[in-house]
Amino acid sequence: MRPVYMIAGGITKFAKASPRKDFRYMVKEAFDQAMADVPGLTLDMIDGSVASYFSDHFTRQLMAGIMVHDYLGLTPKPSKRIESGGATGGMCIQSAWEAVASGRMDVCAAFGFETMSHVNTWKGNEFIALASDTNFDYPVGGFYTGYYAMMVKRHMYEFGTTEEQLAAVSVKNHANALHNPYAQFPAELTIEDVLKSEMIADPLKRLDICVMSDGAAAVILASEEMARKLTDKPVRISGVGTGTDAMRMADRPSREVILLPHENAADYKGLKYPGVHSFRGGRTAAKEAYKMAGITNPLEELDFVELHDAFTSSEIQTYEDLGLCKYGEGGKFVESGAAGLGGKVPVNPSGGLLACGHPVGATGLMQGVFALWQLQGTIGQHFNGDDTLQIKNAKRGLIHSHAGTGTYITVSVMERGF
Amino acid sequence: MSAEQRTNSAGKVKLEEQEIGAVLYNVDPIIMKYHYEIDYMHSYAQDSPFFEGLSKGELWGSKCPVCGSTFGTPRGHCMNCGAKTEWMQLPLEAKIHTYTTCYFGSQEFLAETPFTLILVEWPNVDTFFLSRLLGVAPDEVKIGMPVRAKFRRLSQFKPTDVYFVPEES
Repeated sequence: MRPVYMIAGGITKFAKASPRKDFRYMVKEAFDQAMADVPGLTLDMIDGSVASYFSDHFTRQLMAGIMVHDYLGLTPKPSKRIESGGATGGMCIQSAWEAVASGRMDVCAAFGFETMSHVNTWKGNEFIALASDTNFDYPVGGFYTGYYAMMVKRHMYEFGTTEEQLAAVSVKNHANALHNPYAQFPAELTIEDVLKSEMIADPLKRLDICVMSDGAAAVILASEEMARKLTDKPVRISGVGTGTDAMRMADRPSREVILLPHENAADYKGLKYPGVHSFRGGRTAAKEAYKMAGITNPLEELDFVELHDAFTSSEIQTYEDLGLCKYGEGGKFVESGAAGLGGKVPVNPSGGLLACGHPVGATGLMQGVFALWQLQGTIGQHFNGDDTLQIKNAKRGLIHSHAGTGTYITVSVMERGF
Repeated sequence: MSAEQRTNSAGKVKLEEQEIGAVLYNVDPIIMKYHYEIDYMHSYAQDSPFFEGLSKGELWGSKCPVCGSTFGTPRGHCMNCGAKTEWMQLPLEAKIHTYTTCYFGSQEFLAETPFTLILVEWPNVDTFFLSRLLGVAPDEVKIGMPVRAKFRRLSQFKPTDVYFVPEES
């Protein structure tokens, strides 16, 4: 394998609906923004692409990936579609990474989109719930918020996590998004606002849950030689990891914690793992990515994290899977301010899914774009001159993409390559 | 000439006007709205005996004859060693592993809200079972609460043929 760099990214403003641009045009807008950041790059220098979108139900157009590839002017070069639920975007970046790392391509475009506005919210929830076992789970009351609510109920039971701690995630991420012009739902909230918002599935309330969106994002990956030729601010993807778990939450086993290098078995005596309170796939993905990137203590060695906070509870559970704190301490971690903008390791400085929106196939790529700009130091340049969210001297960050109840999870480590 | 084509009095070919299908939902940009519904054949395949069991008031999980893993939700092959599993009847008494009450849901279940979902656990069974809990106010549900399986009298051959109620103390 050879080193792989991210050299450019682009994104549309995520919105509840984008009827004036279809999925092809939305991706084109994101792709052209990426191309504009590397003026030396022309279409003929791109060797192929990887397409990311989750649901054929939302699109009601099969083979939408090739329609985008064609619209971008990339035919007859290689292209393929990646699908792995909520983790589709993260997996797409890793697939493009593999194309460059293997030497098959020197420059590969990765793009993603989702158009969720074509059906009403509750039909949309039904489409998403079809990503649960249709023999045993979906017919019982298929509803993803319900599944995550059961997971966090158990987290609260095992570790004493509180609804106020969940609310703190919502307050933090919505506030960060006030400075992100691409975010769908920036808001100045209080803990009280979140606690008083409408109950959806106990204990998750409306403001604990991301919204449905239309949107697109794209990144361009390149070999070292091409990266140096095309930009003076390349960002290296220094570690990739992927983990999985059983589709049915009911099938999660009770075993011992998978340990990261800085942890001891004694820390988790008597803890049944992962059960439904933790994401074993997230820990597995982190472990693989950390090993490749040479990270032994993530809290000390990461400058920021963009993670998959479709629910406030998943952000808390993911701090633990990533080893930013011990299992069980995620609630206290957010409460301490460690994940805040000025904290030890800012988590979701962009506003995350909660505030940016979650057009599924674009989401993991959105994280890649924001992480790229953080590491390039170009947040202000890309955010209309507002550099409030720029983490000073950010050298290494992590992006984390996650599919339904932890079935597919990707972790990629990115670092400044200049 | 196709069936849709007609000749008017002036002898010119004209496509017949229709008022069926999609409706104009918005004009700028033009958005069309149409209905989309299908009949779908879904086979329970190797899981079929579980649904047959529900119709007889029985709950069935799986056991792996090779590694001994036990599953509260049946599966044809073992997730730990890959061997073909055997059917294993489960007790009707169980406990709540975790729960939530849904006040909203997918469109298909919206009319049934609020409903309470539970993961059911049995001692000595490695995995759980998703079901609904009836007969308890949402704020009285507790993890660890003893529950008992009940069955619909008229089986619909769906996983909701079984549901749980609090075990009478």
